Amino acid sequence: MNDIDRRKFLKIAGLGALFGLTGLSMFEVVTKKHIEAAVEKYKILPNTLTAQRWAIAIDLKKLDEKIINDCIQACHSIHNVPQIAMQKEEIKWIWKETFEHAFYEMEYPYMPEQMKNLPVLVLCNHCDNPACVRVCPTKATFKRKDGIVMMDMHRCIGCRYCMAACPFGARSFNWRDPRPFIKEENSEYPTRMKGVVEKCTLCCERLEIGKPPACVEVSNGAIIYGDLANPDSEIRKILATNYAIRRKPELGTNPCVYYLI
Amino acid sequence: MLEYALKGSKRYWTWVCFLLVLIGIGFIAYLNQFQVGLGITGMSRDVSWGFYIGQFTFLVGVAASAVTVVLPYYFHNWKKYGRIAVIGEFLAIPAVLMCMLFIFVDLGQPMRVMNVLLHPTPNSVMFFDMVVLSGYLILNLLCGWVVLGSERKSAPPPTWIKPFLYIAICWAPSIHIVTAFLYQGLPGRHYWLTAIMAAKFLSSAFASGPALLVLLCMIIRKFTKFDPGKEAIQSLAKTSAYFLIATILFYVFEVFTAFYSSIPGHMAPITYLFSGLDGFTKLVPVMKVCAVLVAIGTIILVTPPLRKWEVTLAIGALATFLGMWLEKGLSLVVGGFIPNPFERVFEYWPTLQEVLIALGVWSLGFFILTILYKIATTVKEKAVFDKYGQKQIIE
Ligand code: SF4
Ligand code: SF4
Repeated sequence: MNDIDRRKFLKIAGLGALFGLTGLSMFEVVTKKHIEAAVEKYKILPNTLTAQRWAIAIDLKKLDEKIINDCIQACHSIHNVPQIAMQKEEIKWIWKETFEHAFYEMEYPYMPEQMKNLPVLVLCNHCDNPACVRVCPTKATFKRKDGIVMMDMHRCIGCRYCMAACPFGARSFNWRDPRPFIKEENSEYPTRMKGVVEKCTLCCERLEIGKPPACVEVSNGAIIYGDLANPDSEIRKILATNYAIRRKPELGTNPCVYYLI
Repeated sequence: MLEYALKGSKRYWTWVCFLLVLIGIGFIAYLNQFQVGLGITGMSRDVSWGFYIGQFTFLVGVAASAVTVVLPYYFHNWKKYGRIAVIGEFLAIPAVLMCMLFIFVDLGQPMRVMNVLLHPTPNSVMFFDMVVLSGYLILNLLCGWVVLGSERKSAPPPTWIKPFLYIAICWAPSIHIVTAFLYQGLPGRHYWLTAIMAAKFLSSAFASGPALLVLLCMIIRKFTKFDPGKEAIQSLAKTSAYFLIATILFYVFEVFTAFYSSIPGHMAPITYLFSGLDGFTKLVPVMKVCAVLVAIGTIILVTPPLRKWEVTLAIGALATFLGMWLEKGLSLVVGGFIPNPFERVFEYWPTLQEVLIALGVWSLGFFILTILYKIATTVKEKAVFDKYGQKQIIE
């Protein structure tokens, strides 16, 4: 990551020098419409898993403490998510909430206690109409064609507008250098620097090489993923035969994480 | 004209040095933030904007409020503002600069700020905010400087500047409307999700801006030979009074909507601000002080004898300014984040370092303001006005 940064910096510095003025180089980049290219492209290898609309379904009946912890552990360890004890600066991609808080608009006074306290896994909903993407001033957060809402941590300026816009509290910010807080670094995944926003990316790096998202893999069948646009996909069949709810659908972001109850 | 800023009394230089020291302290604090990251602030995962963005929001209002002086003067030929039109325009310049600086110090990756221009994103309100802010800065620099320059030569302003003056007047509300849009278009943030936000922003700006101008005019009159005129100050105070009342009304409308409808999400932030939520009450004293200040400001500014007596007027203007500052500079931003998306309360309070950095930015603003006003008043000291507001040169 450090290296990539340096390279990028050199490139920009070089461009700047070439045109004498940063202003000119800026003009150059803008008029050539390079901007979209970087955003839309992602690699498709021979065994890449593809979909028109990725989505996730979480079966609340099958979740238990162990599965929940396994999912969090799997995701956070492979993605080098730092373990920061201070709640103020904590970073999380997928975490546990109680039903009462994850779906507080559905809570009612006579709800069975075990339902109120039912553990729920929450993560970025990879919304179809994501507010976070709409507000980002640099396109650092963007939606891929297959519906995954992505973060370009090299472009993020850390304005945290996306955090104010996301109604699901799905985003975290690196309030300081996260690296000292990573217990065991996974050298295959980049670490982040201070001052950028991050969140779940639906393991797009695993999909690329034909693997399912990490949480799905360790969930013992409690988490299902698939293509919403394909009527024959497993997720569509499950959604057609089960009752599912989503978080805050009334806000119109159209979340693509479904909870089977 | 810049040379005027280099000649001044001892008091002038003491003030300038005082500001420079504060700027220095703020700068050192910022260097530390730059090193360590925004972790030195009180912001968190749940309250991701705080004091900096609050100051930005408040100062956009101060910048926009220049229009309350410039508009009556240029559009309605309100001669009494003839002497202070430039004072208004020159207030806008440091205000916009402070706005930009507050955004800058709030960035996690400030070195990448150019990304906003490298990857222009018209669907982001922040992009437009930057456009309107920089446009407004340029317009005010141009207008203020040209008008003052011709005043020095005791000539009328050149005709080519007229269109720019008019554009600047129409432009001013836009900077505040766009800033309101920054907030009011976000799903799930009930405290901000109100169509009245932009209106409330404008009214509170036009209350706090003229209040500040009243104070500045009083200071200028005390320390220089230039007199902005009693009537100009009174008019400013009246402007402030009207908009202060509008602001209070708008707030009452919001409270009514939230509590008469009884929608929990809409009530929660207001409850948090005024009486605390789930036992968390950090902002309650702030809102209480704010309410008292606004009450004092309103009573003084709407009661003619109190408004006319300069001692009470100064108190009223100060109370109005500080009251609006507490509302917009702190509680508005924080209130939007509480409760968080999981209906939990996570509180925010600025840290000392955060406050020092903010103080540094404010001092830089006042430093620029001092320089600009020094120039303007030196030019103006040389001109005397008759009772019709016409210039009489006595040099
Ligand atoms: S859950 Fe939040 S961060 Fe994720 S796509 Fe939706 S709005 Fe964006
Ligand atoms: S913090 Fe980064 S991703 Fe979020 S809106 Fe700002 S630039 Fe975009």
